[in-house]
Amino acid sequence: MLRGWPGKRVMTKAAGFTPVVLMALQVFLADVPLASATQADAERGAELFKTCATCHQIGKGARHTVGPHLNGIFGRRAGTIDGARYSRDIVRAGQNGMHWNFDNLDAYLENPQNLVSGTRMQFRGIKNAADRADIIAYLRTFSDNPRDIPEAAPTAQTTPHDPAVDPRILAIQGDPEYGEYLAGECTTCHQQSGSDQGIPSIVGWPTDVFVTAMHAYRAKVREHPVMQMIAGPLNDEEIAALAAYFKKLDP
Amino acid sequence: MKMSRREFGFAAIAVAGAMSAPSLMAAARPKVVIVGGGAGGATVARYLAQSAKGDIDITLIEPTRMYYTCFFSNLYLGGFRDLSSIGHSYGKLASDFGINVVHDWATAIDRDKKTVALASGGMVPYDRLVVAPGIDFKYDTVPGYGIGGANKMPHAWKAGSQTELLKAQINAMPQGGRFVMVAPPNPFRCPPGPYERVSMIAHVLKQKNPTAKIIVLDPKEKFSKQSLFQTGWSTHYDGMVEWLPASIVGKVTHIDTEAMEIRTETETFKADAANVIPGQTAGHIAMSAGLADNSGFCPIVSATMQSRMDENIYLVGDSTIAGDMPKSGFSANSQAKVAAMAVRASVSGSKLFPARFANTCWSLIAPNDGVKVGAKYEATPEKIAKTEGFISKVGEDAALRKRTYEESIGWYQGITADIFG
Repeated sequence: MLRGWPGKRVMTKAAGFTPVVLMALQVFLADVPLASATQADAERGAELFKTCATCHQIGKGARHTVGPHLNGIFGRRAGTIDGARYSRDIVRAGQNGMHWNFDNLDAYLENPQNLVSGTRMQFRGIKNAADRADIIAYLRTFSDNPRDIPEAAPTAQTTPHDPAVDPRILAIQGDPEYGEYLAGECTTCHQQSGSDQGIPSIVGWPTDVFVTAMHAYRAKVREHPVMQMIAGPLNDEEIAALAAYFKKLDP
Repeated sequence: MKMSRREFGFAAIAVAGAMSAPSLMAAARPKVVIVGGGAGGATVARYLAQSAKGDIDITLIEPTRMYYTCFFSNLYLGGFRDLSSIGHSYGKLASDFGINVVHDWATAIDRDKKTVALASGGMVPYDRLVVAPGIDFKYDTVPGYGIGGANKMPHAWKAGSQTELLKAQINAMPQGGRFVMVAPPNPFRCPPGPYERVSMIAHVLKQKNPTAKIIVLDPKEKFSKQSLFQTGWSTHYDGMVEWLPASIVGKVTHIDTEAMEIRTETETFKADAANVIPGQTAGHIAMSAGLADNSGFCPIVSATMQSRMDENIYLVGDSTIAGDMPKSGFSANSQAKVAAMAVRASVSGSKLFPARFANTCWSLIAPNDGVKVGAKYEATPEKIAKTEGFISKVGEDAALRKRTYEESIGWYQGITADIFG
C-alpha cells in the first residue's frame, strides 16, 4: 500500500471549521482566571474541557463520539479501547509502548502532532501550560489509577517542560542537498516509494509536521527507540534539511 | 560549539576535494569499480549512481545473478518466508541507475596498475575501487570441517542453496533426533544470527518433531541478546535447546562430517542434522590484495571508509574492521552511504559530509515475538565508536513484541529497496 502524508485528506476537510474551534478556545481562555503554576485546578479544568467535549465525552455513561471517551485514560495504552475510531498512527504509537501519563498528555494537548503525526485529532492545541495542567487534573478525576494525592506515575506531574517547537526552528529553511545525504539514514527503513507497511511512510509530509515529529523523538517525548537514536544527534538545521528533502519526494 | 567545529571541518575538506579533483575531471568520466553486490557493494553502486547522475562510470562485479540476503534467511528456515522472497536481482541497478553490472568473479586486484582481473579473463580498470566481498571462512577453527563437508553439515552462513540444504536436513530428522549447531568465534557476520537460527529451528521442530533436541556448541561464553534469547527459549521451547559454551564441554576438537560426529575436549556429540559455522575472515579477494591486517579483516579510515592500505580503495561491510559496529546488513548499508559520498567527493570534488553510522538488528524468537538491538556511531580518528544504543527488554508485553516483528518486515522491504533499487 502506498501512502503519502496521512493527515492530508482529513486536514483539507477540517479546514472549514478549524478557525471556529480556535475562536471558541480563545473565548474560554480569556474568561477563565489563570490557575497558579504549581497547583492544577480540576474545577477550572472542567470549564476548559468544554472545548474538548465537542469530540470527547467523560464521566458516567460516557460514550465514544467523534473521539474515544476519556474515562480511565491514565495508564491506558494509547489507541486500544474497543469501538473507538483511531488513526493507524496512534494505534502504532500504543503498540510501540505509549501509555497515557501526565507528560505525554501534556505534549498531546499542547500540539497533538508532537506525539502522533497522523492523528485524527484535528486540534490546534493549547499553548498555556497551566490550562493544560488544569484539563489534565480534570481528566485525572475520572481515572482511578490513582486519583488520590500524593500522586504517583502515571498521573504525577513531573518537571515542567515545553514540548512545543519554537516557531523560529519551524521557519528554518533546510538544505535539500544535505537532506538527501542525511536521508540515507532514514531510507534504510522508510521507503522512498512511500510504502507504509510495517514502517510508516515519511514522504510528502508538511514541513512543520515532519520537524515537530523529529524534535519530539530527539526530546524523547515520543517513545520509539530507533527513532530516538537516529534523531538524537541531529541538530535543528539537519532536521530542517531532512524535512525539505522528504517534502519534495512524491508519495 | 559543536556546529561550528563541524562546519569548519566540512569547509576545509570540501576545499581540499575541489583542488584535487580537476586531474580526474579533465579526463573521461571517472571510473569506479565495485567488487561484490551484497548489502554494502550494491548500496554503494546505487547511491553513487543516484548522486552522480551520470558523471561517474560505475561497474559492479558480482558473480551471482540472484542475491539471497543472509538477513531474513533464518525466517525462511522457520517457515515464515519462502526462499524467493529473500532473492534479489540486479535488473533495476542496471536499467534504472545505469550501472554496468558484470556477473563474473573478480579474481585479483592489481593495485599498481589499478585494474581488477575477472575469472573470464577480462580486465577492468578503475580510478577508485570499492571492495565489498563479505566474509570467507577460517576452517582451522573447526578441525576436520571444510568445503567438502559443507554438504553434510551446511554452514548456511552465505544464503541460498546452503540454506535450502539445511532446511531439508532439519525436515529429514528422525523423531526425537538431535540437531547440533557449532557457533562461530568472534568476530563474525550477524552476531545474533546463530541464536535467531536456533529459535527458528526450535519453532519448526516444536511443530513437526517436538521431542527433538537442539545443542549449541559455542566457543564464546556470552552472545548477543543473550538474556532475550534464553528467556524466549524457555518460554516457547521449554527443554528443547541446550546452549553449551566451551567452559562446560571444552572446545570443538574434531568434526567428522561422514560419521555426523562433533568431538569436543570432553564429549562426542552425534548429530542427526548439524550446522557448522566456522570462524571468519574478510572475503578472499580483500586478503589477497593485501587490504587486511593480521586480524584477517580490513582496516579503514572511519570518516570515509577508505582503506588504510591504499588511498584509491574503499571498503564496506563484513570485510572491514568497523570499530564498534557489528557485521550486519544494516551496518554495511550504512557504511556504504558514507563510502559513496566519500568516493564521489574524491573524484568529482562534491561536498564531503560528516560520516553518519547506525545499526539495528531485529531477531525473531517465535511467531510475533520480535526483539531488536541498535546503536548509533561516530567516526573518530581511532575507530567507528558507539555513541548510544538500545536493546529490547526481557518481559516486554506481547503487543510490543508483535509490533517489533511487524516493524522488522517493514525494515526488510525498506532496506532491500534501498540496496537493489
